[in-house]
Parts: sequence; structure tokens; C-alpha cells
Amino acid sequence: MEEKKKAKKRVQMREQDPLKRARNFEEVPYAYSPEEAMEEASRCLVCKRPACMGGCPVEVNIPAFISLIKDGKFVEACYKIKEKNSFPAVCGRVCPQEVQCEARCLVGKKGEPVAVGNLERFVADYEAEKGEVKLPEKPKPTGRKVAVIGSGPGGLTCASDLIQAGHQVTLFEALHKAGGVLVYGIPEFRLPKAIVGREVEYIQKLGVEVVVNAVVGRLYTVDELLNEQGYDAVYIGIGAGLPMFLGIPGENLNGVYSANEFLTRANLMKAYLFPEYDTPIKVAKRPAIVGGGNVAMDSARVALRLGAEKVYLIYRRSEAEMPARKAEVHHAHEEGIEFLLLTNPTGFIDDGKGNVCAVECVKMELGEPDESGRRRPIPVKGSEFQVEIDVAISALGARANPLLPKTMPDLKLNKKGYIMADETGMTSARGVFAGGDIVTGAATVISAMGAGRKAATAINDYLKWKYWDFRGPQ
Amino acid sequence: MFKILKKQELSEFVTLFEFEAKDIAKKAEAGNFFILKIHEEGERIPLTIADFDREKGTLTTVFQKVGKTTEHLGTLNEGDFISDVIGPLGVSSHIENFGKVVCVGGGVGIAPVYPITRALKEAGNKVLSIIGARNKDLLFWEDKMRDVSDELVITTDDGSYGRKAVVTVPLEEFLKGGDIDMVIAIGPAIMMKFVCKTTEKYNVKTVVSLNSIMIDGTGMCGGCRVEVGGETKFCCVDGPEFDGADVNFDLLMERQRMYPDEEKAAMERYTEAIKGGK
Ligand SMILES: Cc1cc2nc3c(=O)[nH]c(=O)nc-3n(C[C@H](O)[C@H](O)[C@H](O)COP(=O)(O)OP(=O)(O)OC[C@H]3O[C@@H](n4cnc5c(N)ncnc54)[C@H](O)[C@@H]3O)c2cc1C
Ligand SMILES: Cc1cc2nc3c(=O)[nH]c(=O)nc-3n(C[C@H](O)[C@H](O)[C@H](O)COP(=O)(O)OP(=O)(O)OC[C@H]3O[C@@H](n4cnc5c(N)ncnc54)[C@H](O)[C@@H]3O)c2cc1C
Ligand code: SF4
Ligand code: SF4
Ligand code: FES
Repeated sequence: MEEKKKAKKRVQMREQDPLKRARNFEEVPYAYSPEEAMEEASRCLVCKRPACMGGCPVEVNIPAFISLIKDGKFVEACYKIKEKNSFPAVCGRVCPQEVQCEARCLVGKKGEPVAVGNLERFVADYEAEKGEVKLPEKPKPTGRKVAVIGSGPGGLTCASDLIQAGHQVTLFEALHKAGGVLVYGIPEFRLPKAIVGREVEYIQKLGVEVVVNAVVGRLYTVDELLNEQGYDAVYIGIGAGLPMFLGIPGENLNGVYSANEFLTRANLMKAYLFPEYDTPIKVAKRPAIVGGGNVAMDSARVALRLGAEKVYLIYRRSEAEMPARKAEVHHAHEEGIEFLLLTNPTGFIDDGKGNVCAVECVKMELGEPDESGRRRPIPVKGSEFQVEIDVAISALGARANPLLPKTMPDLKLNKKGYIMADETGMTSARGVFAGGDIVTGAATVISAMGAGRKAATAINDYLKWKYWDFRGPQ
Repeated sequence: MFKILKKQELSEFVTLFEFEAKDIAKKAEAGNFFILKIHEEGERIPLTIADFDREKGTLTTVFQKVGKTTEHLGTLNEGDFISDVIGPLGVSSHIENFGKVVCVGGGVGIAPVYPITRALKEAGNKVLSIIGARNKDLLFWEDKMRDVSDELVITTDDGSYGRKAVVTVPLEEFLKGGDIDMVIAIGPAIMMKFVCKTTEKYNVKTVVSLNSIMIDGTGMCGGCRVEVGGETKFCCVDGPEFDGADVNFDLLMERQRMYPDEEKAAMERYTEAIKGGK
């Protein structure tokens, strides 16, 4: 009886102390031990009709892999996940489980849901550590060649599926490192770059040729890939990588960054290790981050780890409306980030030498819901105030980068510049598929992976039948 | 990996590399630049494509040693490799027969102005060129520039070669002639600013190539923001060439000075390492 009661409570992952971790770039949680993993697994009811699976965009067989953990078969559990999700070490860490798989878990109806994400992460790390990463058998070559453009989670998944279908696959990446947002955006303390590197190596082992430093649209056009370089189909997974700015006075002062620039310097270029690494970054005493999503939380927590004394997070609605993952908001609070809610910046102030020295803000109140269903913030007259800062980071979300689409006149885009694709990833350009953030706008890692997988299936069909019938998004 | 085939010291501070980059050479056009990273810990820095050879599959670049990365680059030799080269980037120069044009290259800016001058000449323009530097030792490519110009004026600040003057002096003399259709000027921001001040008086369209701090060069980070005609532009994808009359040069110069302390620290650390025999 005693046993049972204890088992009802979720096994929490132990975490680095907030004050300590606020000064380093190491991962926040420590991994489960095998015992802890088995204990947490024992909470799963192994439902016959598992609700959790409906919440996972790629339908990982959750009860099956958790049962294997119960039996101590950790490596097998990992293989089970990999049938549906090639990168469990990544998803276990960054999926918003609280609104996906775990949100629907039956156990969660009464208490805390089974920690699907933590378990997924555990078995993936276990597999890698034990060096028992299994390479699937080499498929029969089809003689077909596919180009995948963009090495984010979507491109990686698509490439991995296509190579396993026997096609020859080349993955083109504009930056000097593959991984997309997983390497340039999400910080080390949430997703160690060694893990992303491992996944990239894995698909190389499967036979995918990874070509970095290849800005498609400039170095090659899609048309050239299809008509001169002998590719039979193309998948575009270039993400939504165009930064947005507020459009307020003072935005070009030194010290005002886009989150993309700030995070790219810190993560991709490893500016937090300056001067060991050459790329500099402004180490702020009092940075302000504008925004309320994952990108804002990541920027705030990076700025803190670089050595800031006080980090402000400025958001124009209230905490309830923040789009960031709850766990990340919680971590940010714990680490001492100061939230300035219902506040909107109206201008950056010059210190007289071209550097930002303060941000002028106005208080907001919530009015009627807007088209997003969230209550619209309205400025409160006469509530202007200034906050002294030395760095500002604008984390307002991203848009579609036109660099590649601009070179494809026959590729239909929507009003905002995103590529139009149907649910299989088919676009208006023959032989060209697309998915992930460049189709949906900024979304999630797992949804990009789902799109990459669907497109790989559609590409297989296309390569068989060469049938093209684009009817636009459903 | 990109192999360096030819190295030439053009002056104490200016070095030329010709290196293998087959696919980039195929697409390169006048006005384009590329980004390089020397090694794993290196910074990404932009340099102009000063020349390209599509048949040989090579790019030529000329760079001035001003800090850690360019100093380090200068120590590489023929046969060495550069780990990452990304390009061609930026909008190509708009080339047509404008009539009579003046091409101005200041300091290391002589290198990027050369392919544009050549293209303008090939397009049938009458080309007057001015190249200037602080002193004789910093000048290079006099012959190459002469080959593609109808007239070439050389200036040095100290009079050690050519005319003792800044580039705007002969420029103004050309402008006084009254039949100049366009000016293109590449060099330090301050030079471009004064070129634009000079041409403004004569109402002659002036194209400049801006050198803001960059990372990706594909429009992803916004670090290269410049202000043109009161609007924010991304230098790497909207430029690097802009109509000089509209450029906020003071902002450009301020933004170039974003990391003075870090640049100094990096350079000192590098010099120490070299002394230490690394
Ligand atoms: C800071 C940050 C934190 C996030 N946190 C989370 C999180 O915790 N959980 C979550 O689920 N999601 C999170 N997201 C969102 C998630 O990362 C994205 O939705 C996902 O990465 C999109 O994947 P993708 O494959 O569409 O493209 P991306 O990951 O954006 O990758 C696209 C790749 O294509 C390359 N590319 C672009 N143009 C070209 C070109 N012309 N030629 C060649 N290559 C090109 C880019 O360099 C890039 O590497 C976060 C996003 C950011 C920015
Ligand atoms: C489109 C473009 C074309 C260029 N072409 C040439 C060229 O053909 N030849 C040449 O000698 N130089 C060129 N430059 C300038 C060159 O990029 C810088 O001199 C170089 O980055 C200096 O790096 P460093 O580490 O040696 O010096 P640092 O000590 O780091 O910096 C010295 C100065 O260079 C600038 N700078 C520093 N880092 C960067 C960066 N990542 N991107 C851009 N500028 C930076 C800053 O203004 C800084 O004050 C070009 C710049 C641009 C934007
Ligand atoms: S992939 Fe993401 S949503 Fe699916 S089971 Fe794993 S953690 Fe949950
Ligand atoms: S819904 Fe919850 S209890 Fe049921 S199988 Fe899924 S994780 Fe296990
Ligand atoms: S260098 Fe990043 S947007 Fe121009």
C-alpha cells in the first residue's frame, strides 16, 4: 500500500540549483537514473487506447516504449521510439509536452501526468552512452536523387527517411553547421550541442551527404538542382529565419539586438566562450528582452548566464498570455529574471555615443480579445516610464526569409511570404515539397519533424508515379 | 575546405589570396562578397570578391590586416586551407552603359572597386578612376586599374606617390567638367561620406558599398542594419551597395564601433599566443 501511494507522485528530475545554474551554460536538469526512470515508468497504466499518442504529432508508441522501460529494456525502448521519431534526445528535451503527449495522459486527469518527455530523453541518452546506436539495414538503392534544403529538425527528419527509402540524399545548409534552430537558436543549457551533432552524424552514417555553407538561392537555385544537377525532387525546410524589430525610435543603436543575432552569437558562434572563441557579444549589466515566447526566455536566460546583474523581460500582455513553455517561464522566474508585464517599449534612448542606455516604456491594460483569441493590450495614457538598460534584445518572433523563395517565380507564397503547401508538403512547383516553419510560421521542433516525415512519404510516392496535382492548402 | 592557391603581399598591411571555390566562382558577379571562417573557434567575417575565374574555379580577395581574424588570415600560406567560405552574397552591382562614370577606390577599397570598374568598362562606359591611400606603400593594383580605365588618377595623403591629395580633390575636378553620369566609391566609411558630400553639390548619383558588421550574410540576424533614406535595411541582402545620398554614414560608423574592447582583447590575446610560439 505504502509503495503504491509513493508511486503516484511523478519522479521529478533533479535540477541544478537556480542560483548556480544562472551562471553556467550546463544543462538545467540532471538525467534520471535507471531506477528513477523505472519508477516513473511504473506510473504508466499502459492504456489499451492510449490518449497520450493522440497528442504526439508523430504518434510515438508511448505505452510500448514505457513498458520496455518498466522491464529495464532501455535500448529497446529507444528503438521503439525511433520507429516514429528519429531524434528522441532532442524531443525529450524541447517538446512542449505539457500541451502535447502529457496533456492527454490518463494519469494526468487525477494527478501529474506520466513524464513522457523525461523518459524519452532518458532512453535516448542511455542508448547513446552505451554506444548501442543501431544502424538500420541498407535499403535497396532506387537510383533517385533528392535534395533537402535546410538542416533544421524538419530537414534532418526528411533526409533520414528518404535515405532509408533507398534514395540518394544531399542536405544543403546555409550556415557552417547543420541543425537549424537546434544549433543556432536553442541554448546549450536546454539542448547541448553535442546531442545535435550526434544526430547529424547519425544521418551521415546512414549515407546522407551534408553540404554546409550552401546558401541555396545564391550558390545554386532549386531550378539548377532539378534541371542541371540531376535531383529528382527537392524538400525545402528553411525555417522562418527573418528577425522582427519593434519599429520604434533608437532601434539601430549599439546594444540593440534581434534575438536571432544574440542567440546566434551565443550558441552557434559560442560567444559565451569569448575570447577562446573569436566572436564577441555585449556582456550586459542590465539587459532587457522584449517578448514572451520561448525565444524571449532563451535570450533572457543566456543574457543572465553571460553575467548580467539584472535581466528584465518586457511583455505587453500578462503572464497568462505568454506563449512560452510553462517550464521555461518557471525556470526564468527561479533564476531571478524580472518580468515587466503589461508593458510595451516605445523607444530606446541614446547615451550620446550611439549606445542604448535606457528604454522608454508605456503601461498596458487588457481590452477585448483580438483575432488570436488573446485579450488585446491597450496603452495606458500618461503611464510612460524609463528603465535603465545597456542591451536590448527584441524577441518578437520571426518571419519568412525571402532569399530562396524570391528565386523561384513558380513557387506560390501566401500573403506573409510563407510557402504554400498541402498537407503532404506538395507545393505549386513541380518536384518541390516544403514543410516546417517556412510553411506554418514559427511552430515547434516536433511539428517540423512531422512535416519532414510526411513530405518524405509524399516524395516516395512522387518518385514512383511522377504525379503532380497541387490544389493548395486544404 | 578551401585551398589557397596564391598569396601575394600587396603592402605591409594588405594581402591577396586566390583560392579554390569552384561553385562560388561560377555564380560570382561584380559587387558580391563572401563570408569566411578560418577555423572552428573563428569568427565569420565578410570580404569582397575582388576577382573570380570561372574556368579555374577560383576567387580572389584582398584584405587589410586590422584585427585578430584578418591578422590570422594573413599568416596562412599557399597550400593552406580555409575551413568555411560562404557565398556569393549580396546584390550584384547594377552594370549598364551609363555614359561617363568615375570609380573611386580608397585604401583596401581599391580591390572591390576593381571588378565593378572592369564591368563598367566592358559595358561601354567611359571610365575615369581615382585610387588613393595614405602613402605609397599602401597602394596596389595601379596596373590593373589602369587597364580598365580611360584615365587613372592616383593620390596619397602624404604625397609619397601620385598627387598629394585626398580622393575628393580630383573627384571634384572631374565633376566640374559637368558630364559625369555616375560615381561609384568604395573605401572607408569616412571617405565614402565625403565623396557623397562632394557629389551632392553636383547632383550626381553616387553608389557606395557599405561594410557593416555581419554574421550570417543571409538576412537572418539583422546585425548588419544600416539606415538608408530613413529606412532600416539589411546590408547583406539589400546591399552592400546603396545610393550614397541616402546613407546615414554616422550611424554606420557608430555601429562599426560596437565591440572596441572585445576587438582589442582578442588582438592582444592573439599577439601573446604568437609570441608564446603557438
Ligand atoms: C530560440 C528558439 C527557441 C525555441 N524553443 C523551442 C522549444 O523549446 N520547443 C519547440 O518545440 N520549438 C522551439 N522553437 C521552435 C523550433 O525550433 C522551430 O519551430 C523548428 O526548429 C523549425 O524547424 P525547421 O526544420 O522548419 O527549420 P529551422 O530549425 O529553422 O532550420 C532551417 C535551416 O535552414 C537553413 N536555411 C535557411 N535558408 C536557407 C537557404 N537558402 N539555403 C540553405 N539553407 C537554408 C537555416 O540556416 C537553418 O539551419 C524555438 C525556436 C527558437 C528560435
Ligand atoms: C560586405 C563587406 C565587404 C568587405 N570587404 C572587405 C575587403 O574586401 N577587404 C577588407 O580588408 N575588408 C573588407 N571588409 C571589412 C572586413 O570584414 C573587416 O575588416 C574584418 O571583419 C575585420 O575583422 P578582424 O577580426 O580582423 O578585426 P576586428 O578587430 O574584429 O575588427 C576591426 C573592425 O572591422 C569591423 N568588423 C569586425 N568584425 C566584423 C564582422 N564580423 N563583419 C564585418 N565587419 C567586422 C569592425 O568595424 C571593427 O571595428 C568588408 C566588410 C563588409 C561588410
Ligand atoms: S515526440 Fe514529443 S510529443 Fe511525441 S511523445 Fe515524444 S515528447 Fe511527446
Ligand atoms: S495515457 Fe498516460 S498512462 Fe496511458 S499509456 Fe499514455 S502515458 Fe501511459
Ligand atoms: S549579416 Fe545577418 S542579416 Fe545581414
